[in-house]
Amino acid sequence: MTIASPEKRVWWNEPIERVELIWIAIAFLWGLFMFFFMVAWHFFGGQNLSNETYRVTPGEYEQKVYDFAGQYQVGEEAGVPVVQPPVGGDAYMLARLWEWWPILQLREGESYRIHLSSADWQHGFSLLPTNINIQVHPGYEHVITVTPTEAGEYGIVCNEYCGIGHHQMLGRIIVLASEGGAQP
Amino acid sequence: MTAADIPISGARRDVVSRICGYTGFRVEAAAQQLIKANAVVAVIFLAWGGLMGLLVALTRWPAVHLLPADWFYLLLTGHGANVLLFWIIFFEVAVLYFASAVILSSRLAAPRIAWLAFVLMVLGAITANVAVLQGNSSVMFTSYPPMEAAPHFYLGLILFAVGALLALGVFFATLVIAREERTYQGSIPLVTFGALTAAIIAVFTLASGAIILVPTFLWSLGLIPYIDPLMYKVVWWGMGHSSQQVNVAAHVSVWYLIAALTVGAKPLSEKVSRTAFFLYILFLQLASAHHLLAEPGLSSAWKIVNASYLMYLAVLASMIHGLTVPGAIEAAQRRNGFTKGVFEWLRKAPWGNPAFSGMFLSLVLFGFIGGISGVVLGTEQLNVLMHNTLYAPGHFHGTVVAGTTLAFMAITYYVLPLIFQRDIIWPKLAKYQPYIFGIGAAGISLFMMGAGTLGVPRRHWDITFADANLGFEIAPGAFLMMALNGLSAILAAIGGLLYIAITVGTVLFGKRLDREAVPLTFPLHSAAKVVGQYGSYNTVKLPGTITLVAVFFIAFLLYYFINWKYLSEVWLFR
Ligand code: HEM
Ligand SMILES: [Cu+2]
Ligand SMILES: [Cu+2]
Repeated sequence: MTIASPEKRVWWNEPIERVELIWIAIAFLWGLFMFFFMVAWHFFGGQNLSNETYRVTPGEYEQKVYDFAGQYQVGEEAGVPVVQPPVGGDAYMLARLWEWWPILQLREGESYRIHLSSADWQHGFSLLPTNINIQVHPGYEHVITVTPTEAGEYGIVCNEYCGIGHHQMLGRIIVLASEGGAQP
Repeated sequence: MTAADIPISGARRDVVSRICGYTGFRVEAAAQQLIKANAVVAVIFLAWGGLMGLLVALTRWPAVHLLPADWFYLLLTGHGANVLLFWIIFFEVAVLYFASAVILSSRLAAPRIAWLAFVLMVLGAITANVAVLQGNSSVMFTSYPPMEAAPHFYLGLILFAVGALLALGVFFATLVIAREERTYQGSIPLVTFGALTAAIIAVFTLASGAIILVPTFLWSLGLIPYIDPLMYKVVWWGMGHSSQQVNVAAHVSVWYLIAALTVGAKPLSEKVSRTAFFLYILFLQLASAHHLLAEPGLSSAWKIVNASYLMYLAVLASMIHGLTVPGAIEAAQRRNGFTKGVFEWLRKAPWGNPAFSGMFLSLVLFGFIGGISGVVLGTEQLNVLMHNTLYAPGHFHGTVVAGTTLAFMAITYYVLPLIFQRDIIWPKLAKYQPYIFGIGAAGISLFMMGAGTLGVPRRHWDITFADANLGFEIAPGAFLMMALNGLSAILAAIGGLLYIAITVGTVLFGKRLDREAVPLTFPLHSAAKVVGQYGSYNTVKLPGTITLVAVFFIAFLLYYFINWKYLSEVWLFR
């Protein structure tokens, strides 16, 4: 009975079933495999979240984003500047109540250092439809080196609850087809 | 006079107790009252929070879109707090008192403190509810700063936690008393052992909660200038995640308990089942990192070691229970005479007894839905695919609704006759209740997970983004998922309503069993009474369990690798 004391006074001396031992061995090895697979993905996988983070005040960060947008703006959509950072360069994205600012224009197959931080509360950077989801904090500037693999228009949805306007907080990243035109 | 004869300081109170006519346990009146009080309040909070869950789900169904945005966020905050904290923890306190005082046939330590604990918990829960309903605390039950709730929101949670901590103290003291007064021989029974692991983890949990909520409360009063949002999350999830391990340890104990009561199961081997519980204590509380995998400012090494490696030893523990619980049932059923083929023991199991069916559904759904999705979600890189999407609520409705809540509903069908001493009214409806709730809960879990893989955000009022400056069209499949989720929510709500109606009806109008020992509508297994023969028993063949476990393992492997394939197809990032 699971509701009565075991026969042996010290439960550690109770016998073990063989089928249990086999399952424990399998489950243990599977756990080890999953652990080492995660480590290995850092070496051969193409998708690992960056560890590069700096402390920053919301004010400082906002200023960096404004400077960046002023320097590389190429257009405007719905009142939001469209900004095209240099290939391989730094791009800044500001999360604030309730918008992602500005719109970034990137090129397929090129890498960019995208900076993420918030001016106020926490927000959730959710890039759709590719479905990459990263938490955004005020006070922390997270730098992620990103390479878009497909041209198109992507939405950024906020998926960290950030008050009554949470569901209006959208942004955009435009990915242009790679230079040299034709796609295979 | 030897030292042992000297009465312990203070007069020993008069202990009033009865012998249970069904189980042979000695049940003390004070323990019985406290179990009743905590269980009743738990069910009230389930009803209240469950109603909120239904309204939230109907709002997230785009074609229905029931509530305005402010009410949606308000009720979602209330839903999380009322079901995850208040329903579950009140019920767990009842389970702890049962697993200590009743199963060990002991008196309960310090009933007055237990009542104080109860009052504090009720006050705390009401205070938090008032704060939420006043509308200035729609911060979700996680209350991440810098978003700020009204001070009495945090105060309510702190009061509740202090009360729960006192209740844990009463549980530990009862174990000490039972040992001193020799109400049992040798080691404590497995179910009590499992409850003990839950209680030990709960101490860690509540301590983390106090460490983070007290300064947050002071911050909301303006006495502390700043709470670092990342530090808050690290400590908060020390409570938030560990408390889920409390739930797992508690509901696994309940599985073992129901298996014993309904089919007379005893563990395949005490050593394995207990060691598995012990693993929970060693490793689970480190998994707060589980919730921080998509966070800036924390290193990959820290994430992998904390959230994952150590967690896999805890996952190992759950996988062990996944074999030993059905294994114990199969062994018992074969001893009961159901020996034909691979699955006669399962086919002829007492499926009409809602305690058994609820328990078995809870076991299967927790393992297949909650368990597998939890490991995938807790993998460092895979987490980026679903962090904060609806996948997360999908996963934990698989653990805490289809798993814990369903297990607690199942054990209620024995708490009512054995502790409330009332026979279940409406036994026909009771037979169907676990299936209706279980299918509904499985549905909301799976469909929310499905929506999450399509990118649907969690805690979100409008996935058409109609009011947004820059629009976005989410995959059309998402709308189908949210509709199916809404339908499942209605099914789960019907199952929940049945549970509440049966429970309340039985407590008020059920046939009284304390007059004479009448046969129970849902009988106990006769072996449940035999306390003379227990412990592990040797070598039975378990082909059915081995088949079930093999199916589980294959499903796990396939799902795990499919997600890595998805990940390899998204943009490159490092
Ligand atoms: C009738 C039964 C239930 C239904 C229909 C239901 C439905 C839902 C839905 C639709 C959400 C919102 C997801 C979102 O928008 O992010 C949600 C959130 C949640 N539910 Fe339930 N639920 C039910 C029962 C429960 C139970 C019994 C528990 C706990 C034991 C629970 C715990 C939670 C938690 C913790 C959240 C997250 C709240 C937050 O994001 O702050 N639910 N539920
Ligand atoms: Cu936001
Ligand atoms: Cu948001």
